[in-house]
Amino acid sequence: MGLENIISAALPEVLTTRLDSLINWARKSSLWPATFGLACCAIEMMNATSSRNDLARFGSEVFRASPRQADVMIVSGRVSRKMAPVLRRIYDQMPEPKWVISMGACATSGGVFDNYAIVQGVDKIVPVDVYIPGCPPRPEMLIHAVMMLQEKVMKESSRNRRDVRDEDARQAVVPGTLPVTDGSTARQNVLPESRPYTIASKHERRRSS
Amino acid sequence: MPTDSNTERPLAEEAPTSSIEKTTPSQLVAALQHEHPEWILEVIEARGEVTAVVPREHLVAACSFLKTAPGAQFDFLADLCGVDRGVEEEPRFEVNYHLFSTTIYHRLRMKVLVNEDDARVPTVTGVWRTANWHERETFDLMGVVFEGHPDLRRILLPDDWQGHALRKDFPLRGYEPYSLK
Repeated sequence: MGLENIISAALPEVLTTRLDSLINWARKSSLWPATFGLACCAIEMMNATSSRNDLARFGSEVFRASPRQADVMIVSGRVSRKMAPVLRRIYDQMPEPKWVISMGACATSGGVFDNYAIVQGVDKIVPVDVYIPGCPPRPEMLIHAVMMLQEKVMKESSRNRRDVRDEDARQAVVPGTLPVTDGSTARQNVLPESRPYTIASKHERRRSS
Repeated sequence: MPTDSNTERPLAEEAPTSSIEKTTPSQLVAALQHEHPEWILEVIEARGEVTAVVPREHLVAACSFLKTAPGAQFDFLADLCGVDRGVEEEPRFEVNYHLFSTTIYHRLRMKVLVNEDDARVPTVTGVWRTANWHERETFDLMGVVFEGHPDLRRILLPDDWQGHALRKDFPLRGYEPYSLK
């Protein structure tokens, strides 16, 4: 990471665009997912990697069990509030560059489970790049999402690349550890510290505030 | 003789108890009420199922009797669950024990009713070991404390959760800090 930033800071723009194309092409052609199948969407994710719809055609050759060796985390399934710190920890263990695909309605927005136990959208915990609707989405939809992510990767620039800061990881919403729903904060006049409702993906060049 | 079918020769261990095996759960509960009247507060029979309401002081005694008594032999605790009858109800919580006998194939349900401010029930972990996790679940989601339980802690919700999630007055949805503003 550091080397690219140094080189692209040193070179004139016309050369870094060539460098960018090369780097982005290399990254998008071999996006290795980390296995994060939680619930029913994981079955469709398995289907997407099996022979009928083959995700390996698009570069996702292996699903790495270790997050240290993975590029993209496909969160497939509902995330309970007990699982949320674990999800964040696995995300933090992935080395840069990393992307997140939120697969299915439950990972995108809580799905049908609008209750005390399920995180209403995994983008409260990790920054998401591609959202897939569906319950569960078809394997072709997952393949389409991987292709959308590849297009997104192609548009990146090594000048805009930033490493994840430590504060991001520390301030990420970890809902399982919030003291919650016994009415105590309603009585206290606690002002929640201002942070965005969802965590924006760091790969966006333009941030909506 | 080889032509005799096996059913004509009673097995040695069936013969002395064959008269007791015909006992139905309702007869069993009636006999129990006769012998230990303080063990059973009320008997409910509906749709072919027998429910016995037991006071919590005699719960463990009744359970261990029912597990080993020759006519009962309820060696399988099929379910142990808690019920929140409502915030306004007078015994607010009840704990249901679904008993099944794998030898005689009959079922019985036992209920213990507790108030909200004294929601404590003795544990039946000594009678059926499976009650361990079921009682942890009832404690986690309802808040009923089981006295004598070897390891009473939360099992489904996160360990630092505040509140008991399946009570009727627990909110269904929402994160508190977000709902303030």
